[in-house]
Amino acid sequence: MNLNKTMIIAGAAALFAGSAIAEDMTIVSWGGAYSASQDKAYHQPYMAMNPGVNIINDESSPEAVAKLRAMNETGNITWDVVDVTGESAIRLCDEGLAMEIDFDEMLAPAPDGTPASEDFGDMIISDCFIPQIVYSTTMGYRTDLVGDTPPTSMCALFDLEAYPGKRALEKRPINNMEWALMCDGVAKEDVYDVLETDEGQARAFAKLDTIKDQTVWWSAAAEPIQALADGEVVIGSTYNGRLFSAIAEQNQPIAMLWDGQAFDLDGWIIPAGLPEDRLKRALDYVYFATDTQRLADQAKYISYGPARKSSAPLVGQHADLGIEMAPHMPTDPNNVTENAFLYNYEWWADYRDDLDAKFQAWLAQ
Amino acid sequence: MSDATNNGPVLSADGVPLKRSLAKALRREKLRALMLIAPLLIFVLITFIAPIADMLFRSVENGIVQDTIPRSVQALEDWNPDEQDLPPEQVYREFFFDLFLAAEAKQHTRLGSRLNYEKTGISSTFRSTGRRMDDIGKQFKDPMEDLDKSWDDAAFWHELMSGSDAGNSDLLKEQRSRLAKLTRENMNGDIGFVPGVEISELLPRTAREYTAFAIFTNQVDGKVVAEEEPWEAVHAALALDLQEGAASRAAGYSGPGAEQLRTLADNLDTLPVVDFREAYIDIDKGWGDPDVWETIKVFSKKYTSGYFLNSVDLQKTPDGIEKRDEDQRIYITLFQRTIFMSLTIMFSCVLLGYPIAFLLANLPTKTSNLLLILVLLPFWTSLLVRTSAWKILLQQQGVINDILVWIGLVDDANRLVMINNQFGTIVAMTHILLPFMILPLYSVMQTIPVTYVRAAKSLGATNWTAFWRVYFPQSIPGIGAGCILVFILSIGYYITPELVGGTKGVFISNRIAYHISSSLNWGLGAALGTILLAAVLILYWAYDKIVGIDNVKLG
Repeated sequence: MNLNKTMIIAGAAALFAGSAIAEDMTIVSWGGAYSASQDKAYHQPYMAMNPGVNIINDESSPEAVAKLRAMNETGNITWDVVDVTGESAIRLCDEGLAMEIDFDEMLAPAPDGTPASEDFGDMIISDCFIPQIVYSTTMGYRTDLVGDTPPTSMCALFDLEAYPGKRALEKRPINNMEWALMCDGVAKEDVYDVLETDEGQARAFAKLDTIKDQTVWWSAAAEPIQALADGEVVIGSTYNGRLFSAIAEQNQPIAMLWDGQAFDLDGWIIPAGLPEDRLKRALDYVYFATDTQRLADQAKYISYGPARKSSAPLVGQHADLGIEMAPHMPTDPNNVTENAFLYNYEWWADYRDDLDAKFQAWLAQ
Repeated sequence: MSDATNNGPVLSADGVPLKRSLAKALRREKLRALMLIAPLLIFVLITFIAPIADMLFRSVENGIVQDTIPRSVQALEDWNPDEQDLPPEQVYREFFFDLFLAAEAKQHTRLGSRLNYEKTGISSTFRSTGRRMDDIGKQFKDPMEDLDKSWDDAAFWHELMSGSDAGNSDLLKEQRSRLAKLTRENMNGDIGFVPGVEISELLPRTAREYTAFAIFTNQVDGKVVAEEEPWEAVHAALALDLQEGAASRAAGYSGPGAEQLRTLADNLDTLPVVDFREAYIDIDKGWGDPDVWETIKVFSKKYTSGYFLNSVDLQKTPDGIEKRDEDQRIYITLFQRTIFMSLTIMFSCVLLGYPIAFLLANLPTKTSNLLLILVLLPFWTSLLVRTSAWKILLQQQGVINDILVWIGLVDDANRLVMINNQFGTIVAMTHILLPFMILPLYSVMQTIPVTYVRAAKSLGATNWTAFWRVYFPQSIPGIGAGCILVFILSIGYYITPELVGGTKGVFISNRIAYHISSSLNWGLGAALGTILLAAVLILYWAYDKIVGIDNVKLG
């Protein structure tokens, strides 16, 4: 009896003490399979190493830019580390809402001692952005609706004769404008020079006009996958990870094209103006979560390529399916065809507002 | 009777005019009532009215240009784009100091994004220039240091600029408010530095820049001013001051650092004469584009009508207000479409909802309760689920098309397009908003006595006449309430149109959402929102004039 009582009190005390010590760290990400892969590859090992830290997952990345601005204006920043796309990171950095990162000071070097700034290399597109994965927007098509000659080139999108039927494209100018020009005969390295001119823009819209009636425009990446699975569209653009899971995990009659894939980056930013103690913890977390091994680990759970050069050789098998993951990485040398491109962040930061207005007006015509 | 002879005001017992004493009592009553509701009122004001007002205010607010580059804005006032191609050198000089400070405070890219809404390309011009501000300053700093090591000594600079007199507190105050506006933070703490009066008369620009440096170093970076080497901008300011005539006056100066200053003045020819305009165009060709400067000039006012003009497909140009290029006009179309489709949805809700509400009100309680649950059940289901369900039903490979093909009504090759267009949006939104029509109709119809219709019939009216002349007029308050609810809800809807609207079925709210959460052009988002709010209020006013708002009942 007495012993029991003591144990209960001791237990309660331990619980109380435990909850008092554990510090919450809010990490914002996209939710779904993507957050799950981060949880397994980063959060859980980090919490095992640091029992005093309790990571809270917030799935607010789609609204992160607007929310960070609102938080900054009220001076109450509740997030510690935020997962955003490269484009948003540039915007956040420009607005002074994200902290500038000293890559070699704040991030782990590669196992062979190469400093982080070299290991990330070209992936460093903004002073505030720590790249995490490379994903791509690419074409998926219905294997049973394309006849005997499945498409091999991204330009099959514009070929209504060989591949009649509906198409799915994202409801924004980015990527679509580049594809239109490239399929209209513009060389990859000239795309942005052409797109800078009014004639170039008109040319891209004219190319898109040829399939406008046949196109379903999506705003959430699940839509084109659903449309492909239902046979609603023959060919459509979406993220390579979504296509991988529809093909490998759900065995849909879908295949994907790596040709003409448009790379994009996703990674971490740390909000500007965090208090000293939280900043220290956030930096400690990103140091751990973006080292070579951790980035390679994430590829076990989702088919997105690690942003560090040194991580590529460490990519192993899918955790559940046992598939070798390297060939499914957008960055795998076999998948990087000559039409693959990384969209030009600086260029789009300038032209996005203007082209978006034109694109919306074009859609509404 | 004495009242009749006394023409003065009626008095109460204590001699105060009755009118005043009554008013006083009433006022006290009102005040007490107000105090009772005060907590709620304050709560609503703080959490609801104030944020909305703040958001709407952003549609005209444009302080960022003046707050970030105040001296350049002032210098630009003298520039006449019609006479001179590019602004004079003076503008570029002031711009250097403005932008240097803005880049230190990391505010220059914010201004770049703001101006990029008006002129494409400015964003990267500001971003790339901010990175290379030091380069221009170094051209002055390096020869100074070669001449005398004192010029990179933090303590020397502090002593020189402090001088030996009482100090120029006006300059300090002016720079404090300048930095507070730039960083939007309080800059009033003690910084351990006051610029000297004598030195700030001799070297006005240097004193100004050093003071700004001192405030920033202490208040933002939290460092001791006397231990930090000044920015390159301070060296540049010193060189300009000397070149503009301070060199000849330096001989008469005897305060701290007089010796070094004289040496520098004597060796003035070692300092370069920099053409700031050239230097800027060298960094980014955007600075050689008169349009960039005109954009800055046009949008330098504290308040702007630019956002409102943008939201009605106009634009502000140096030559006045113009229509936007045809390939950029979209908002008027979207406003018209939003209103037209909201009205269509409202009428379809009346058409579908009226018979259902009528049934609900006139069936026996047992059956009508069951029906009511059927009305409410979808109401309790997630909005996204209902929208996606419509997608599955209406798409070309969807349930309805499959059935039509199966029974042979539609050819397999020509399946109907019922989604990703206006039709899809109207169907899905009518379904989603139907309960908002049925419920007020139902509660009004329940109060209509059955005896009236019976009386009409017993007097010889046909079923139709009895309904149309007796029943229908009594149900109008319910229609009014339902219509207002459905119309106002649908005008602001955005998830459903985004998912099923395709290209022709999206609303203005989709653009507002885009500008708030994606492009961060909150000014334009706020302007669009304000116009939408005004449109709703005008329609409400029209409704009040035509039907009368007293004629609206929720039950």
